[in-house]
Amino acid sequence: MLAGSRASTATLIAFLLVMPVSFGIHDLSTDGSLAHLGNNLVDGLSNGAIWALVALGYTLVYGIIELINFAHGDVFMIGSFVALAVFGTLGLGLATAVPLLIGGLLLTLAISAVASGTLNTMIERAGYRPLRDAPRLAPLITAVGFSFILQNVGLLWLGGSQQSVPDLISSQHELFNLGGVSVTNGDALAVLATAPLVLTLVFFITRTRLGKAMRATAQDPDAARLMGINVDTTISLTFLIGGLLAGAAGLIYALYQTTIWFNQGFTAGLIAFTAAVMGGIGNLRGAVLGGLLIGCIQQISDNRIGAEWTPAIVFAYLVLIMVVRPRGLLGEETREAG
Amino acid sequence: MTAVRSKLPQVDDRLLAVAAIAAGIALPFLFGTGSPFIHDAILALSYMMMALGLNIIVGFAGLLDLGYVAFFAIGAYTMGWLGSNFFSGTNGGDGFHLLVGSPAAEMPGIHVNFIVVLVVAVIFTTIAGILIGLPTLRLRGDYIAIVTLAFGEIIGRIAINGDQIKIGPIWDATLGKLPLMPELGAEATLTRGKQGITPVDKIDLPLLDPFTSLDLRAWYLVALGLVLIVLFVNIRLRDSRLGRAWVALREDEVAAASMGIPLVKTKLLAYGTGAAFGGISGALLGSYLNTVSADQFQFSFSIFILAMVILGGLGSIWGVVIGAILLSFVNTWLIPDVLNGVPGQLGLDFDLTQLSYAIFGFLLVIVMVLRPEGLIPERRRKLELHGLGTGDTAGAGTDVEIEALVEADRPPAAPGPGEEGR
Repeated sequence: MLAGSRASTATLIAFLLVMPVSFGIHDLSTDGSLAHLGNNLVDGLSNGAIWALVALGYTLVYGIIELINFAHGDVFMIGSFVALAVFGTLGLGLATAVPLLIGGLLLTLAISAVASGTLNTMIERAGYRPLRDAPRLAPLITAVGFSFILQNVGLLWLGGSQQSVPDLISSQHELFNLGGVSVTNGDALAVLATAPLVLTLVFFITRTRLGKAMRATAQDPDAARLMGINVDTTISLTFLIGGLLAGAAGLIYALYQTTIWFNQGFTAGLIAFTAAVMGGIGNLRGAVLGGLLIGCIQQISDNRIGAEWTPAIVFAYLVLIMVVRPRGLLGEETREAG
Repeated sequence: MTAVRSKLPQVDDRLLAVAAIAAGIALPFLFGTGSPFIHDAILALSYMMMALGLNIIVGFAGLLDLGYVAFFAIGAYTMGWLGSNFFSGTNGGDGFHLLVGSPAAEMPGIHVNFIVVLVVAVIFTTIAGILIGLPTLRLRGDYIAIVTLAFGEIIGRIAINGDQIKIGPIWDATLGKLPLMPELGAEATLTRGKQGITPVDKIDLPLLDPFTSLDLRAWYLVALGLVLIVLFVNIRLRDSRLGRAWVALREDEVAAASMGIPLVKTKLLAYGTGAAFGGISGALLGSYLNTVSADQFQFSFSIFILAMVILGGLGSIWGVVIGAILLSFVNTWLIPDVLNGVPGQLGLDFDLTQLSYAIFGFLLVIVMVLRPEGLIPERRRKLELHGLGTGDTAGAGTDVEIEALVEADRPPAAPGPGEEGR
């Protein structure tokens, strides 16, 4: 097993390095520097940071009730929509002074996170809890049902076309330039906002009593119940945390991309779910790693191969990784795995 | 509930089947030849074939497949490739014709008889099913779901971008050189992307006039005939040695393997068979809808078919039939035609078509919460969930239920020595 896994790790790293190395050599031979590739990777990491936040919600929920929560991407979309609405209510615009802007954005972050968190918890209460003892695939269909409902809400809310969000942080403005690799405000925001959220989450899961209850429930709900853990509350809490992260991701996405629309949740959900699986479902570090990897693969593919092929390339990578590592890059942490 | 049903006489089944088939054949003659109802019914029958195919993969063998649309796509493209002007450069513009009458016989492109197309579609989709199944063999549970989803998306992407893929030169240099194979010409591409391959040849069966888009009854009857074949195969498979192997695999892979069930072969057969039905339906829909466009092959379609299977009752053939009819008509008739008039009658100025997604989603949620095991659950599963007096049946009729459980485990068709020996 160990020898085999070492060989498979080598294969895996070789797979993952094919694109960056080949394009890196190409850059060196044509431009004489790696700046182009560096820019791809910076964009990829910042984009990937957003996917990581959404992927964490998938992986938390899957880890605890083994459900692919198809509605999660749409909860993220609602987070973006709430953020835009709050911008309007607070009167945040391009003319707002910087201290006010920072305060306003923090308030927006709180509101959209709480909105998405509450929504996610309510969906769990209405659609998944009654099906706790049902066949395993039944909640999958209610999840799809809620996904449709939320998409329809988004469609009625802002219409069927892309809506532009005020570019409050001057997303494309270059913050600093490191040897030809440009880092924009958007990149900085995505990484600087995501990192503390992820660290807080990890701290919560690994160091607090509630986090311990979540891990116990994920391992064995029946035993957890015998130990005096309120399993239903713990599951609700998991959905709340997943929703909070999705709402935060919704705001960051809106600021980063400066356009939002009702279908963004579907695409993001698919990508984030792929990221969660790629990293090893149920595994927090895996979800972050998966998100960042997919962000990079997407950017390189968008920029070098053609955006129309990007989804196919991302999924091809997923299949290759699954063949080499059937439990994801970092291994899964779910009931069955233990 | 269970007790009452199992006390009912069982002899009615065949009579019921004959009556249902007769009603199915008579149905289109109650409507005009071009009635929208028949159109909806043809779609429902086509979706039913796919749902029955997916039911083999997900329901019988327990392999969650989220990329079933791939097989629809391959079936439909087989029809598009082999029955249209799409490869207009074929044999230097003369075209390639096999067992087709006019007008197809005079046109450029490849034109092959529908029955041959069906056979080719079955071959293509079976191979695709096995190829997609191969990487999932080592995976468990929902990892299978994401890998099949990935393949569905990859094939969808290839369909969209297929107009950039020039297959002509490669084909002509290799397979096109073989005897009986047509040359495609240098300009041939793989698909026509979102524009779609259109028009597609209508079904042309021996002894009958070619089908037209005006008389929908003929299409309906062909669809019904194909559904009956698919149903027959499904029932026979379910009750066969292979069907029991699938169920054993679904219930416990390790136990099944230690009982001597060859895992690889059994899983791949599930993928292959399930895929083949998708191919049949895809070829039919390609011809009926008269276009094969990349827009048809999206992830949401896989979910639509999966919802039919789960809503109807995972693993239950009749449940899936009901689920397919129900969801298909909700989609093509109830939401656009019936509910749309409601706000107007109530005196409200409101367009309900804007809410069609939400209504569809709401129905899925309600039905699943009220009947988690599906509308008509598989007998075995129902007994597992509610049987043997574990509280909710409060002991009433327990002996009947045990009898029923034994019954469910016993293969309905008495296995003779010949079958065991296979």
